[in-house]
Amino acid sequence: MPYTYHSKEDRAAMLRLLGFDSEDRLFDAIPEGLRLDQPLPIENGRSEPETLRLFKRLAVKNHGAHGLVNFLGGGIYDHVVPSVVNNLASRPEFATAYTPYQPEVSQGTLGVIFEFQTHISRLTGMPIANASMYDAASAMAESALMAAKATGRKTILMPDSVNPRYRRVVERYVSGQNLLIEAIPATASGQIDAGALSARLGDDIAGVVVQTPNYFGVLEEPWAFSDPVRESGAMLIACVCPISLAIFRPPSEYGADIVIGEGQSLGNPMSFGGPLVGFMACSQKLIRQMPGRIVSRTKDVDGHTAFVLTLQTREQHIRRAKATSNICTNQGLLATRATIYLSLLGEHGLTELARLCHDKAHRLAERIAACDGYGIRFGGPFFKEFVVECPTDAVAVVKRARELGVLAGIPLEKYYGETSRRDLLVAVTENNSDEDFELLCDALCKARDAEREPSNA
Amino acid sequence: MDFGNVRFTVEHEWVRFDGENAVVGVTDFAAGELGDIVYVELPGAGTVVKAGEVMGTIEAVKTVADLYAPVSGTILEVNAELENAPETVNSSPFEDGWFVKMKMSDLAELESLMEHDVYQELTGN
Repeated sequence: MPYTYHSKEDRAAMLRLLGFDSEDRLFDAIPEGLRLDQPLPIENGRSEPETLRLFKRLAVKNHGAHGLVNFLGGGIYDHVVPSVVNNLASRPEFATAYTPYQPEVSQGTLGVIFEFQTHISRLTGMPIANASMYDAASAMAESALMAAKATGRKTILMPDSVNPRYRRVVERYVSGQNLLIEAIPATASGQIDAGALSARLGDDIAGVVVQTPNYFGVLEEPWAFSDPVRESGAMLIACVCPISLAIFRPPSEYGADIVIGEGQSLGNPMSFGGPLVGFMACSQKLIRQMPGRIVSRTKDVDGHTAFVLTLQTREQHIRRAKATSNICTNQGLLATRATIYLSLLGEHGLTELARLCHDKAHRLAERIAACDGYGIRFGGPFFKEFVVECPTDAVAVVKRARELGVLAGIPLEKYYGETSRRDLLVAVTENNSDEDFELLCDALCKARDAEREPSNA
Repeated sequence: MDFGNVRFTVEHEWVRFDGENAVVGVTDFAAGELGDIVYVELPGAGTVVKAGEVMGTIEAVKTVADLYAPVSGTILEVNAELENAPETVNSSPFEDGWFVKMKMSDLAELESLMEHDVYQELTGN
């Protein structure tokens, strides 16, 4: 609907109708001492060209990953986004972030969501998937609440190898519901300490989170503790990388009850860190604890295939304070892009992509390990991301590399403290070329030499 | 049907008692108001409940209602049939569609519940 403001004549006509001589009379109910008797101290409006100029000037101050050689990861990855994704997703039928308020009218939207759910269900091996979540972090928080509800218990075990940003979101998200988040240490291989985890299980543990590949890029071995977790009655919550599922065992095979993850890498740009799109899948028995929307396929009165929103009765507009969750929408546009992306790549394409990322990452890791002073921090197997042990402060290395046009990765000190001072998380995608590897290794060597110089002098 | 040993709550639930044993369900009025019941979530055997507390949910096509404990006590058995055939609550609310059997801990609580004729008045019958 176009916005039409009231003209002076309109206002005068309205005041005449009300019998007022000025607009001030409309505010008679507000005591005079509280009223502002001067114009607001804000600038006047600007013309369109002036505004454009201002914003362009601000925009060029941003340095997007694409102008630089990029090895940033940690949850958001620089994968190729095929033009088809942009083209189809920007069709007006798709370009909305909302499931409509009368959802069944929009069979197309529901059809796309149903396909999204089907993709997620097939990738994870789980029977139920919902219409998407805001991001992996909030999906993890919702899965913690689900586990608490399903078990009637209050403590969630959160290994140190889980993305620390997700951990912080979970802590904040569940704090009002009296859930306790307890850490489990990682071993020298960069994996969950399975012994410490099994020892902590008991009748107070509602759920155990396992992220694989984990924040260090290392693959966990969930079957090392999935039996004890199940026997203790706790829910196993797996946070997975969807692309990795093309070549690694799905979480359904190691007994995950809830599977969540980040779908940004599926056809969505990095966008300076968001918006993102989470996904969530679960076992049949948890379907009524699952938050968000679920689209189902059914038949209408004439026997035609039709899509409907199901299990809505447990959501806010009916259950109010007793609703399953406060999730009242889905991440429609990004989930649509993920659906287009997965449909485009297909099983073979996704497998090829996963292998490519894996192989490139291992090639780069070898090259970095061959740089004097640098090493690979953890011994565990990894997918497309790994932690580099630098000869000096990782923050200094990143700073030097940035001067050379290279985004070298994420220094881990701010999440893991002093003992991780030299740790640098490096991510590789199919987007990274051999030339990129050359530039990164060169930057790493220069950073090392620069740090050595002062002490040599 | 004999409602001599049955009492009713304002939440439209019924309790059929025999000594300290009780069977709990929802009334035909409640089942009719909810419409087609598609799922019931019941407390496990051994659960101790207090009168007035939520002890489960009844899910119909258009809504989800809470199931309250009409009296205090311990759940002895839940109606396993309802897991696969929740519509039994609609077709036979007073007989096959029962929810739980329980052991009452305070028989005096029955006195605060309604007899059949009073409940009938409440629902305008």
